Amino acid sequence: MSDTFQQHPETAIEVADMDFHYGESKALKDIRLTVPRGRIVAFIGPSGCGKSTLLRCFNRMNDLVPGARVTRGSIHIDGVEIHSPEVDPVELRRRVGMVFQKSNPFPRSIYENVAYGPRIAGTKSKSELDGIVEEALKGAALWSEVESRLHESAFGLSGGQQQRLCIARAIAVRPEILLMDEPCSALDPVATAKVEELILDLKRNYTIVIVTHNMQQATRISDMTAFFYLGELMEYGATTKIFTRPERRETEDYVTGRFG
Amino acid sequence: MDSKPTSFATTGRSRKGEPFVWLTAAGLTMGVVLTLGLLGLVVTKGIQTFWPDRIQVFEIDTGAGTEKVAGYVVQERERRDPQGVDHEEIQIFRGNRELFGEKFAFFDRASIRSQEIPEDILLVERMEGGHVIARAGKILRADGTEVPANDPGFATSLDELIEKTDTKREELRRIEKIEIGRNAREVKELRSLERFEGSTPETQARLATLNEEFLKLDAERNLVRQALAGDVLLLDAVDGREIRIEAGELLHIFRPNQAGVIGRTGEMLRRVWHFLASDPREANTEGGVYPAIFGTVVMTLVMSLFVTPFGVVAAIYLREYAKQGPLVRAVRISVNNLAGVPSIVFGVFGLAFFIYFLGGVVDSWFFPRSEEPVFKSGGVLWASLTLALLTVPVVIVATEEALAAVPRGVREAALACGASKWQAIQRVVLPASLPGILTGVILAMARGAGEVAPLMLVGVVKSAPDLPIDGEAPFIHAERQFMHLGFHIYDLGFQSPDSEAAKPMVFATTLLLITIVVVMNLAAIIIRNRLRKKYATSSF
Ligand SMILES: Nc1ncnc2c1ncn2[C@@H]1O[C@H](COP(=O)(O)OP(=O)(O)O)[C@@H](O)[C@H]1O
Ligand SMILES: [Mg+2]
Repeated sequence: MSDTFQQHPETAIEVADMDFHYGESKALKDIRLTVPRGRIVAFIGPSGCGKSTLLRCFNRMNDLVPGARVTRGSIHIDGVEIHSPEVDPVELRRRVGMVFQKSNPFPRSIYENVAYGPRIAGTKSKSELDGIVEEALKGAALWSEVESRLHESAFGLSGGQQQRLCIARAIAVRPEILLMDEPCSALDPVATAKVEELILDLKRNYTIVIVTHNMQQATRISDMTAFFYLGELMEYGATTKIFTRPERRETEDYVTGRFG
Repeated sequence: MDSKPTSFATTGRSRKGEPFVWLTAAGLTMGVVLTLGLLGLVVTKGIQTFWPDRIQVFEIDTGAGTEKVAGYVVQERERRDPQGVDHEEIQIFRGNRELFGEKFAFFDRASIRSQEIPEDILLVERMEGGHVIARAGKILRADGTEVPANDPGFATSLDELIEKTDTKREELRRIEKIEIGRNAREVKELRSLERFEGSTPETQARLATLNEEFLKLDAERNLVRQALAGDVLLLDAVDGREIRIEAGELLHIFRPNQAGVIGRTGEMLRRVWHFLASDPREANTEGGVYPAIFGTVVMTLVMSLFVTPFGVVAAIYLREYAKQGPLVRAVRISVNNLAGVPSIVFGVFGLAFFIYFLGGVVDSWFFPRSEEPVFKSGGVLWASLTLALLTVPVVIVATEEALAAVPRGVREAALACGASKWQAIQRVVLPASLPGILTGVILAMARGAGEVAPLMLVGVVKSAPDLPIDGEAPFIHAERQFMHLGFHIYDLGFQSPDSEAAKPMVFATTLLLITIVVVMNLAAIIIRNRLRKKYATSSF
């Protein structure tokens, strides 16, 4: 791990006084939040409140959106301001992986999907790649299901398998932080349970930030929960506290389903 | 049913606009009918060219007596004479050009006294002068013996004669085209070497041996020619006149009135094969179109080889890298309009830029010693490049659309794995858009294969002595002029002295051109569907 990790052993991500704009419209205001290392943090809140926007700030995915930018404050990952000029977004994304809401496998074989990250990072040896692919697929609890058809198209998999393949693809890069944007929203309950189990398993090696609309999911898997409302971070704390003794009215309405 | 109105009874509003549906359907029907009509015409006429008709013998009243004519009916028509009387006329192909001058003739139906289909009529194909329709007379052999038609061994003798002629002709062709040709080329190279570097004892010695070789080949050639010239086939035309065919001229003999369905089908297949696989004869009106098929396919493939990478790279830059703004918009509009520029303009550009400029540069760099221009004249390379330029907008537009259609999620996924922009494009975006790109290439090929006008300026000729790819080192002769089916059609239909005789060839060649374009497209479509299956977008 990097030296910065030695200096900030507890903090993976630190957001300070951050504002974010899409063109003229402000999507996030005054966000202040710390993601501790090795924990699972859940982002909850009504649609359009800015959860995905903040998540995509962490790996600078918003760079792709024209006009989108951080207008105030800072984001430090491993103690480094990620918008500073010496940070290469490509390197950042290698250390901050992401799983998207809609599973998005590449139009290639299962093997090639998982091998993509290591390959572009320069791994050439076939045996090394084989090892990484197997490890990642096992890590994503998919290995036994696809072992026999590694070289078939990824589109032959079911929705839940595709999403776990996307997780395998993300962890094959061996990131330190894993961002997940509603990874289960398009899955049936059985597939969701499998992915949740997987996330809990991944916690041993990764810091995970997960956006979810499912309150039970947040309580089941997360250590900390952040509640967003209209672009603001309303409340952030231990998951049990947010769900049982919220401090703010809006949080209570939302977590009890009275929101509207 | 009772017509008591319910609350669901129609108010007529649901049928509003129905006439427009009919209008659109009518438009589609019209298009389909016209296309099918065109295809039907070309297919039937093209196939008719090859089907051997029965030969009929007509007895015709000429006013001053009767005259016998043999041939097959080509068409029937009505003609109104100056007195306003209608005549039914038939057009007959009667061949025998040396007797009649014209191969076709019209006769008034009313003047036909009788018609019959005699079994013993022969249809003879020969090298020059077109078909002969007549009865067998006799074979005069070079050694002075003769075999009359009523001799029981006549048929086998005739077959032997034709077989012998075939092998001799093949031998002659080999000697003339390949061996003498190679000899002449080497002599020419040596001569040019001598001119630039002065003659040396080695070159002189080599030239002397070459000359000796040539004399030997020439003697050999004359021997074969003599062997070909000796025998003669005499035929009796139905009007009693005699036709003399030297064995060297004989190509094929068929008895259309004796052959059954199988025999005629066999003859048809032979004709089709002959058409596809042999060289043209007699100013292209007879023989086959093999060099034109070859030229068309080679040119189209080489064009695709140029246009695909060029168009794809341009589209990637336009869509993925260029800063979208007025400049890029202007470039895009220009590219789209390029597709609408009349194709002859590309021909002129190709002539000026590729042939005169680039060809001139290539010649002055690599062939400074050549007397004739090598690349500074029309050839398959320049023609392919010209057509590549003509079709590149199609590929650019298709590729841009294919790139735009790649889901954003897939791109983001690639970037989230730590890919640079180029890595994402190269390994994820391009494979995903391959089917769309191939669609563009297919369209470009279809457009390019059917284009004629620009080619006439940049390398297509009526008849090319050599193919652009052959067994002669360096095997690919990119500078050679070539034949093309589209130009062949134009040349046959509108440039040949006897357009009536060329008509069947026009239809057959048209059918062939359409078939080739369809086959090339089908091949590309099959490849695309394979890819699509492989790279199918998520169904989930
Ligand atoms: N690419 C974009 N361009 C402009 N506005 C956007 C874009 N993406 C999201 N937004 C806006 O930003 C706000 C936050 O969106 P988002 O982060 O996607 O919310 P959430 O994920 O919490 O549902 C919304 O009002 C949305 O309309
Ligand atoms: Mg969202």
